[in-house]
Amino acid sequence: MSGHGIRIEGLKKRYGSGDTAVEALKRVDMQVAPGEVVGLIGPSGSGKSTLLKCLGAVIDPTAGRMTLGDETIYEDGWKVRDLRALRRDKIGFVFQAPYLIPFLDVTDNVALLPMLAGVANSEARQRALDLLTALDVQHRAKAMPSRLSGGEQQRVAIARGLVNRPPVILADEPTAPLDSERAMAVIRILNEMARKYETAIIVVTHDEKIIPTFKRIYHIRDGVTHEETGEGRAFA
Amino acid sequence: MISLAGRDILHAWGKFVFTGVGLGLLIGVTLVMAGVYRGMVDDGRALLDNSGADLWVVQQDTLGPYAESSSLNDDVYRTLLAMPGIAQAANVTYLTMQVRKEASDVRAMVVGIAPGPLGSTPGWPPYLVAGRQIARAHYEAVADIASGFRLGDSLRIRRNQYTVVGLTRRMVSSSGDPMVFIPLKDAQEAQFLKGNDAIWQSRRRTEANPAFNRPGVPGLLDAVIASQSANAFVNAVLVTLKPGQAPDAAAESIRRWKRLTVYTRAQMEGILVGKLIATSSKQISMFLVILAVVSAAIVAFIIYTLTMDKIREIAVLKLIGTRNRTIAGMIMQQAVALGVIGFVVGKITATFAAPMFPKYVLLMPLDTVLGFFAVLTICVLASLIAIRMALKVDPAEAIGG
Ligand SMILES: Nc1ncnc2c1ncn2[C@@H]1O[C@H](COP(=O)(O)OP(=O)(O)OP(=O)(O)O)[C@@H](O)[C@H]1O
Ligand SMILES: [Mg+2]
Repeated sequence: MSGHGIRIEGLKKRYGSGDTAVEALKRVDMQVAPGEVVGLIGPSGSGKSTLLKCLGAVIDPTAGRMTLGDETIYEDGWKVRDLRALRRDKIGFVFQAPYLIPFLDVTDNVALLPMLAGVANSEARQRALDLLTALDVQHRAKAMPSRLSGGEQQRVAIARGLVNRPPVILADEPTAPLDSERAMAVIRILNEMARKYETAIIVVTHDEKIIPTFKRIYHIRDGVTHEETGEGRAFA
Repeated sequence: MISLAGRDILHAWGKFVFTGVGLGLLIGVTLVMAGVYRGMVDDGRALLDNSGADLWVVQQDTLGPYAESSSLNDDVYRTLLAMPGIAQAANVTYLTMQVRKEASDVRAMVVGIAPGPLGSTPGWPPYLVAGRQIARAHYEAVADIASGFRLGDSLRIRRNQYTVVGLTRRMVSSSGDPMVFIPLKDAQEAQFLKGNDAIWQSRRRTEANPAFNRPGVPGLLDAVIASQSANAFVNAVLVTLKPGQAPDAAAESIRRWKRLTVYTRAQMEGILVGKLIATSSKQISMFLVILAVVSAAIVAFIIYTLTMDKIREIAVLKLIGTRNRTIAGMIMQQAVALGVIGFVVGKITATFAAPMFPKYVLLMPLDTVLGFFAVLTICVLASLIAIRMALKVDPAEAIGG
């Protein structure tokens, strides 16, 4: 992984056209270094989900530039052919609801991603198990997702987000369903993982209790980002 | 890579098994329907085989004796015997009726068979499962086991009692009624037998007619009455040919010289399958079409619902980079799995149910194979609707608003 992490410059996104067009993102500038966890905060309708969808390559931005590591993935158009592979190999997703696959056990939920990328089953499972151990849910490795507590499910989802060693993880309200103790644990894990695997992590959140844990925060309002580096934001 | 379809089926196996069993019963009915048709064709063939004839000589311009009524004088066979190339010619009568069996009655086809050397007279049952062939000229019967008669039972046809001396198997009419063989003379009498009153009335009328009752001609009245009450007709003459004779040529010469209608084995089969059971076969085809449509609708509905329940998971699978092909494959494999469960259940159901049907149900391996591929095709087609929906799922939905 190079030293760049993720860099976003002048990203714009317009939904629709003509009279009904919505400028969801007007000017987004962001940079997250490998190993860094940043917060993305903004009121409802400010464009947070839209930004995650652009970064996650599930919708097309209108203009701007996105760089992953030293590869420009978007510059007024996608620069990579296979967005599916981009999502699979370069971007990890962690959602508000963990969205685990209900018919796969915990290990296979995590191992599915490397398997999709063509990694042999046994190796994929070993990778999954290593991560589950790092996240301290290895004792639930053979359980079905429906048997897990909310916090355990979220940790499994984080493991899934990390398993292909993506340079970027996008986390959308990852602590919303959790009590403050569990929420803090998830943030601690994200920080550990970011350091350990050199991952750039963007956490979208409304959650007052975790906001102080970010060293850097981006505010987004009406589709425009502002960086804030508050004093005393050091993660304890 | 793991099998997503397989894991999902294992996870929701109850749903799959229940649906599969339901579908299976439907497939079972379909297989039995096909078997009913095959059974009808086979009954027809058995009827022709068992008659032992090479040619059927019937009343001119009729499709007799099975598809239409046919009536021939009972001395025609003698002139046929005199023709070159003909080995045997034997009269036969067919009459479908209710045969009295103690308190109840059974529907049967009563066959009147001509006396003749055992084993070479066409029309006789070719083999017995119990007892012996008819040995006396009157009041003995050989019955098919499906009629429910047993050796030594006595049965009544019109006014006469018969003793069952032999039993056959798979000797049925083209509509599946079991056969009861009786001597030809008895059968001719049964076919035209009038009630006691009617005989008495007709006798009185003849006596009263001065043209017949002439004092100067003794014996005339008796001869007239005898000719009135005797039946000199049969339904067909069954003919066997000498070895090496071409059936078509022999049939043609009988047609030309005797002015009778003659059918070969192939023509007779054409009449039975093409005309006699043609309507039934269309009826059954209609049912097969309806059952296929219903099965397809069930599979489509179930697979659609199962996929609907997984929309969120499908969005996640797409977001994390699962190929459309993998997702389509997952849905199609589930549809096929449902079809396979259904087919196995259906085949077992049909196999166990077939013998319980009153008429012969013939489950042919060919139909089983065709049915299997039809089920697979239906399942694959039915899964296309669900696949279409799954492919339209937007991975952005997994991220939400
Ligand atoms: N598919 C779409 N078509 C048109 N407009 C859209 C679409 N999705 C979002 N928008 C608009 O874009 C703007 C930004 O929406 P977005 O979902 O990114 O907000 P958000 O910050 O995620 O809000 P929330 O905190 O409520 O989830 C909103 O005005 C929204 O109405
Ligand atoms: Mg949102």
